[in-house]
Amino acid sequence: MTFKPTLLALTIATLSSSAFAGKLEVLHWWTSGSEAKSVGALKQQLEEKGHTWEDFAVAGGGGENAMTVLKSRVISGNSPSAAQIKGPEIQEWADQGLLTELTELATENNWDELLPQRLAEGLKYENNYVAVPVNVHRINWIWGNAKLLNEHNITLPKTWDEFFTTAEALKAEGITPLAYGGQPWQDATVFETMVIGMKGPAFYEQALIKLNPDALHSQDMIDVLNNYRRIKAYIDPNFSGRDWNVASNMLVNGEAAMQIMGDWAKGEFSAANAQAGQDILCAPSPGSENSFLYNVDSFVMFDKKDEGDKQAQADMANAILSPEFQKIFNLNKGSIPVRSDVDTSDFDLCAQDSAKLFVKAAENHSLLPSMAHSMAVSAGAQGAIFDVVTNFFNDDSISAEEAAKRLANSVQAAQ
Amino acid sequence: MKKQKTSSSERLQQWLPKLILSPTMIIAAVFIYGFMIWTGVLSLTKSRLLPQYDFVGFEQYAKLMHNERFLVAAKNILIFGGLFILICLIIGVVLAILLDQKIRLEGSIRAIFLYPMALSFIVTGTVWKWLLNPGLGIEKLVRDWGFSSFQFDWIIQNDRAIYTLVIAAVWQASGFVMAMFLAGLRGIDENIIKAAQLDGASMPRIYWRIILPQLRPVFFGAFMILSHIAIKSFDLVVALTGGGPGYSTDLPATFMYTAVYTRAQMGLGSASAMLMLGAVLAILIPYLYSELRGKRHG
Repeated sequence: MTFKPTLLALTIATLSSSAFAGKLEVLHWWTSGSEAKSVGALKQQLEEKGHTWEDFAVAGGGGENAMTVLKSRVISGNSPSAAQIKGPEIQEWADQGLLTELTELATENNWDELLPQRLAEGLKYENNYVAVPVNVHRINWIWGNAKLLNEHNITLPKTWDEFFTTAEALKAEGITPLAYGGQPWQDATVFETMVIGMKGPAFYEQALIKLNPDALHSQDMIDVLNNYRRIKAYIDPNFSGRDWNVASNMLVNGEAAMQIMGDWAKGEFSAANAQAGQDILCAPSPGSENSFLYNVDSFVMFDKKDEGDKQAQADMANAILSPEFQKIFNLNKGSIPVRSDVDTSDFDLCAQDSAKLFVKAAENHSLLPSMAHSMAVSAGAQGAIFDVVTNFFNDDSISAEEAAKRLANSVQAAQ
Repeated sequence: MKKQKTSSSERLQQWLPKLILSPTMIIAAVFIYGFMIWTGVLSLTKSRLLPQYDFVGFEQYAKLMHNERFLVAAKNILIFGGLFILICLIIGVVLAILLDQKIRLEGSIRAIFLYPMALSFIVTGTVWKWLLNPGLGIEKLVRDWGFSSFQFDWIIQNDRAIYTLVIAAVWQASGFVMAMFLAGLRGIDENIIKAAQLDGASMPRIYWRIILPQLRPVFFGAFMILSHIAIKSFDLVVALTGGGPGYSTDLPATFMYTAVYTRAQMGLGSASAMLMLGAVLAILIPYLYSELRGKRHG
């Protein structure tokens, strides 16, 4: 592990206006309309400081393609200035000794004060900041088509028991209760909201963050799995392989009444001219009103030799955390700011709720990283969980007991 | 003096072809064989996100043998490869024989059958994904015609989805196999057939006993091409089923990609790549051996 802790000097230089101008090559996969706009805001701020911004966007695959490109660039010794990397992958990259330490910058700007501790831990390697967070998405949301629900006098369910009664009632009316996309990460998203919603944050932490085999193979887990498969009765038969945004559109068009998905779905709703909070209602996913499963996007910086380039990296990190950028970016992206001192009155109602809970959950130890969105466990363990969950959901011949056993075994094998 | 000049130009003539070929040779050596060896080395390490060289022996292979998903992928390649090759060969031969009956419009019919080969597997996969989707495609069409109990939803059934891959792949490749056999059939001496007819042999008998045995090299060629298409299959799975439902249509190639690129299990992925290489060699070496030996005799 080699650190290049030279950023302090550079930061001081920043304060007295840019002493050096550098080149910034930023690898990201924010290419859709609203996301590209958000990145544009960052680019503008940095160009105002005199740096050159080289956009290195690799679209597709939820970042998979970008990671492939990044690996080949790094192996060939030609790494970009910054790259969009999140979750435990940050530590994996830091472990290779490739990342620039940002601690000086962090101390300077009080990151420890600005960020909830849990979230900050995820950005550090051996107690040093190596990544800067951009936004906070909340995973555990349930969305409802307001018109459909009002017509049938139904409110979004608060517990999973209520969910199944509601779903049964909707089904009896000939309405598909849940818009569902059958892809492993979407399966896992619904599954993890059930884990936290039915068994609470403490169990979630043991099972899906600490990967405690006893928790993975417990009666509680078997219980969750059994209930998870019950959902199959309340989705349409063509769910297999469906993309999440297609499912979101089913909700907007009234083809289904509810959807469980993170708050990026709002982008899809507003693209279809449906207002989150009005046409599309939001509520915490059943049983999870006090919990906050988060997905935080972040940037890491790679070691650069040139002083100007280093300066550009420091400026970029500062710009990302600045209240102005946090507001513009998150308004566009549908997420909430990572720092709680940003004014959220311009945000939609769902985001305002989210921002309030973000602070509260941090105090109650119910602010937890999402397993399904690569925030909690290594890619290998995550893949192992995906495999078992998605297979269990699709193959009725596997019992919940068997699935729980496989969960414990394959997670252990993947570590 | 004169003598020396001849010998130097002779030497140049001797070296020139090798010189011109050498860049290609070097590129092939590095990028094909070099990377094969590198993958082999990586499969013996515990590389995760990036290559690293802590050797762990055959641990990754042992892990692979206990990996539920890899075992499903291995079983799938046997089902998919076996059925795909067999059905393509049967359809290819039958179509070729039918086309060989000196029918009208043979040229256009041949083009129609051959055309799917001009598409990429991504296109084939996407089109068949729509056709096989019970809410959009064939099932809905037949139901709209009034057969409300008609069911064809293999693509969303865990244990049937692998056969939808076979359907799409056969649709794509059988026309090409037909073209190969047609070329083979055209190469057969008509006098032999006429002689057989004079001897009173029926047409099916002539095909079965005389013509098909002569097409043996074509069978071999088609088998080789189809089996490597089967083992390499990746894009078709990605476009048609995405490996789903669950991971029931995973093939070794998609497994390898997932392990290396999305799960930071480079060692495990390399091990699965080496096993795929082994499978290809197991088919290729006996074939090359018989081919080369045949030539020496000829």
